[in-house]
Amino acid sequence: MQLTVGPIQGFWDPGQWSAFYERLADTPDISRVVIGELVCSKRLPFYQTRLPDAIAQLLAGGKDVALTSLALVTPLKRERRMAAELAAMDLEVEVNDLTMLAHLSPDARFSVGPLVNVYNEGTLAVLARRGSMRVCLPPELSATSVRRIAAATDMPVEVWGWGRLPLAMSGRCYHARYHDRAKDQCQFVCAEDPDGLAVDTLDDQQFLAINGLQTLSGQCANMAHHLPALREAGVAGLRLSPQTSGFFEVIELFAHLTAGRIDAEEFCAKALPHAPGGAFCDGFLDGPTGVSWSGSKDQVRMQPAGTP
Amino acid sequence: MELVCPAGTPASLRAAVDAGAHSIYCGFADDTNARNFPGLNFSRPEMADGIAYAHARGAKVLVAINTFPRAGETELWHRAVSDAEALGADAVILADLGLIAHAAERHPSLRRHLSVQAAAANPDVINFHASAFGVKRVVLPRVLTVDEIASINRDIDVETEVFVFGGLCVMAEGRCSLSSYISGKSPNMNGVCSPASHVAYAEEDGELAARLGGYTIHRTPAQAPAPYPTLCKGCFKVGTRTGYVFEDPASLDASELLPALARAGVTALKIEGRQRSRAYVAQVVRNFRQAVEALAEGREVPLGTLARLTEGQAATAGAYNKIWR
Repeated sequence: MQLTVGPIQGFWDPGQWSAFYERLADTPDISRVVIGELVCSKRLPFYQTRLPDAIAQLLAGGKDVALTSLALVTPLKRERRMAAELAAMDLEVEVNDLTMLAHLSPDARFSVGPLVNVYNEGTLAVLARRGSMRVCLPPELSATSVRRIAAATDMPVEVWGWGRLPLAMSGRCYHARYHDRAKDQCQFVCAEDPDGLAVDTLDDQQFLAINGLQTLSGQCANMAHHLPALREAGVAGLRLSPQTSGFFEVIELFAHLTAGRIDAEEFCAKALPHAPGGAFCDGFLDGPTGVSWSGSKDQVRMQPAGTP
Repeated sequence: MELVCPAGTPASLRAAVDAGAHSIYCGFADDTNARNFPGLNFSRPEMADGIAYAHARGAKVLVAINTFPRAGETELWHRAVSDAEALGADAVILADLGLIAHAAERHPSLRRHLSVQAAAANPDVINFHASAFGVKRVVLPRVLTVDEIASINRDIDVETEVFVFGGLCVMAEGRCSLSSYISGKSPNMNGVCSPASHVAYAEEDGELAARLGGYTIHRTPAQAPAPYPTLCKGCFKVGTRTGYVFEDPASLDASELLPALARAGVTALKIEGRQRSRAYVAQVVRNFRQAVEALAEGREVPLGTLARLTEGQAATAGAYNKIWR
């Protein structure tokens, strides 16, 4: 099972951003890295000049590297220009909004990211005909759908393995709104919460997290228990979503898990202290809800009454 | 401008046509459409009757097949497209890339509209769908300002349709898994958001707690009117603050913006509410028909007549006003 590191979802300090990729380049257990800005076009200028060095380091470290497209492209000039510039770079693009298809040349090879709605084999076939060579499926899919899609394609298929789930995109910036600022005068306040800002219910149930225009799960997705089933389904890779602390420990634990040196229970016990939000979920694959957790209850932080 | 009106039942379809709808949008009673509620939507014979009724009175019927087909079960969605064509639908409203490609290839003469569920929010992706699949109209997501809609219209050759009244979706539609995260039911796959089957109310210490999938979305004093616990319009805690993090429990009412939307080059105005009663549909359609006729004749658009039909008697023009974001 390959391990892919997905794009950073939050807004990180540029120095921390560079240090992260420098260390990642020297991390042998990672085979693939998707880099660049996924959520907000206003963030990219802060680290755009650092991208070439980070990409060079990752390539020198033997990683496959792809550049992510923005997850929601509005008519803003800078967003459409970003899409055009990505297409012009001599690097694989991970399409996270179908807008990119309009910019890629007909013979361009690209990959499809988890924010594109690939819910079935028919959609993946259309993308394959246009040059897609890899797909990371949307986190919302059930195990049955993952199995059926993987069986119907020759493309390497990846699923979300770890990290706060990308649940929604909006034109509205929830960080700016929370701080009583207009979106255009956000002053990049999302940088205060590089792993997302927790949204709890009135009964203190852990619920969601906001990340600028994006809404994430409050719980950390962890597909450790599903590894055998995903392997059997022909899934080629797991996607690990970066977080500001404990991430390299998580990578090492996944390397041990995929190599069979530890089992899922041991993985979960050791990974829990590093989970953003301090609780796990894995229900989209075969639980009654996305937030459900298939593992031991004592490995999930105790929650107040009223929680399902 | 064309007035596109909702019909969850055959009776609502007739009521909307009689009240002056130019077009009706509706769906089959199964997982293929994004308002898949119990007791709603159309059997094949009902769809045939509804299309005949509308056509006899000069109205069009647009069939929404706008959920994302389940892997291994795409035949159900393919049959819906094929049946819509056979029954005489004027267009199908589609969201899934594979289904759009299938319809373009197998049903080339059936007019294709891009559903709001496709979240096509810029000219490049709209032009892509037009050139690759012959899409004739796009329903724009409710995250754009009027200026942005105008800029999109300057760069595309297809028609645009925008929501003007009813429920307000604050996320890019088709790109939101919030509902399935806590209820297991999703807009994309099951055609439902914040489904009533997962709602529970409880009186606790003089307050009414409204829960969705076990998560407390609102607490209101026992005697106060309680809003329906729609997930993104819930009251939550963030840091030291408590409030409506995503959106207040308000409905969309863009009636004041009709002249601006017309100037922005919008072709069609869409009213949300396939789950609403036929009396509600008839009233909203009648009022909006008067408004678009006034607009076409250069008269002042009558305002304020719809306020009491909005959720919680609160309305917003949503993203159409830049300040919303």
